[in-house]
Amino acid sequence: MRELELDLEAFEGPFDLLLTLLLKEELEPREVDVAGIVISFVENLAERDAIDLEACGEFLVLISALLELKARSLFPEEAAELDDLEPEEAAEELARRLAEYRRMKEASVWLAERLVAERDRWFRLGPAPLAPEPERRLAPQNATSLAEALRGLAVPPPKVSLSHMALRFPPVSQFLERFRSLLGRRRRFDFDAEVGGLSRVEQAVAFLALLELRKAGEIALEQAAPFAPIRISSSRPWPAAAPAGRSPAPPWPDAADEPMPSGAVQSTVPFGLGSSAASQEREEGLELSDSERIETWTARSA
Amino acid sequence: MDSTLRLIASNPVDQLARTVEALLVVASAPLSVAELAEACADDPERVETAVGLLRERYTERRSGIVLEEVAGGYAFRASREASDACARLFERPVERGLSQAALETLAVVAYLGPCSRPEIARIRGVAADSAVASLVERGLISEAGRESVPGGAVRYRTTPLFERVFALESLAALPRLDDLGADTGELRDRLLEVASARAS
Repeated sequence: MRELELDLEAFEGPFDLLLTLLLKEELEPREVDVAGIVISFVENLAERDAIDLEACGEFLVLISALLELKARSLFPEEAAELDDLEPEEAAEELARRLAEYRRMKEASVWLAERLVAERDRWFRLGPAPLAPEPERRLAPQNATSLAEALRGLAVPPPKVSLSHMALRFPPVSQFLERFRSLLGRRRRFDFDAEVGGLSRVEQAVAFLALLELRKAGEIALEQAAPFAPIRISSSRPWPAAAPAGRSPAPPWPDAADEPMPSGAVQSTVPFGLGSSAASQEREEGLELSDSERIETWTARSA
Repeated sequence: MDSTLRLIASNPVDQLARTVEALLVVASAPLSVAELAEACADDPERVETAVGLLRERYTERRSGIVLEEVAGGYAFRASREASDACARLFERPVERGLSQAALETLAVVAYLGPCSRPEIARIRGVAADSAVASLVERGLISEAGRESVPGGAVRYRTTPLFERVFALESLAALPRLDDLGADTGELRDRLLEVASARAS
């Protein structure tokens, strides 16, 4: 096996290397010492402080392409059996891509030569000067017609109708209450059976309510397998007499403590659903970490 | 008949040529005939005649300033004999230190543009992110919309500055792609040879 002196950094990626190797008459892919390249690359890597993931990925592509070529040239028949691409097809595809790259490489050589040839052309560089502001010519006006036009504009615009926006979200609290009262009557129930007749959006909100209840530790969820029916059971003794909507530990304080005015649609905005709870959590989290920070700070300064 | 009349002393085209000359001195990028005609409030054909007049006047060895047709328009540049003096006083920020990767990327964008970074990477077999960023910073390529699929990648194309730096009248002045890397047959043959070689 011939010694391959390879400065990996000198190549612009795997295609560049492959092209160079293939076009060099003196080196057949089967002669390439792949292990040697890997060792020199790993040594090269060990000398560096940080691992360049991109370079490593590039190297993997390169080395696997080389390995494939070498394997094909050493064991052509076995390779054909293993591969779903016929060797000819694979070679054709590789040749097509290499040819494409090669044309671009030649084009880049042309550009580089052009730069050298045009080195003695100097010209002014800079941002384009501003175009003159087009002058707006106004037809002569009289005050009355202007006032008339203004009066037309001063009328408040008609209210924009949102009736076409069909996607309305029922409040999560509605389902919280419904599930709680259900669990007051029954020990366990089936999610699909409960929400069977509802719309997709309602089912989604019902599921959110389920997650809220689970988070508050009020219920236990079971599902035998993905897409199997979801079984819900009460995880703690639930006073059947408790007034609906007033739980000892409401997981949704804004929903339970400040009931919406009757008849109001709690949320027509999709983001309204989760954001109140989420932002509240976020605020609590921030407060906590802020106060912790202040404590640490005072402890340190004291 | 008309053209002989124009050459008489109070030549109106000569006056137009002076205006075009003035516009080209102020401009920092090439001006097309259409732009010149609009600024002069004159007929494009007459502007072309005026430009022709100026091109005769501003040629190499006749003047320190040369009028050249580049990047789809006309622009003044220094004559080549003044290049050494220019080099002592000025810098070439656009083309200085263009890497091989950047030139390859530039070639891909010039020939196949508008094209996205993934497309460039597919052709070069290497991620093109830093090369693209460097070319955008130099002003040689710029964003040109996105791929038409939802969430498609940003596409790039070369700028007029690219044509100017490489002294191209337009992108059509690039050598034909078919003329580059012509012997692809040889490449395929070698690969086929490798692929179908029987272990002897």
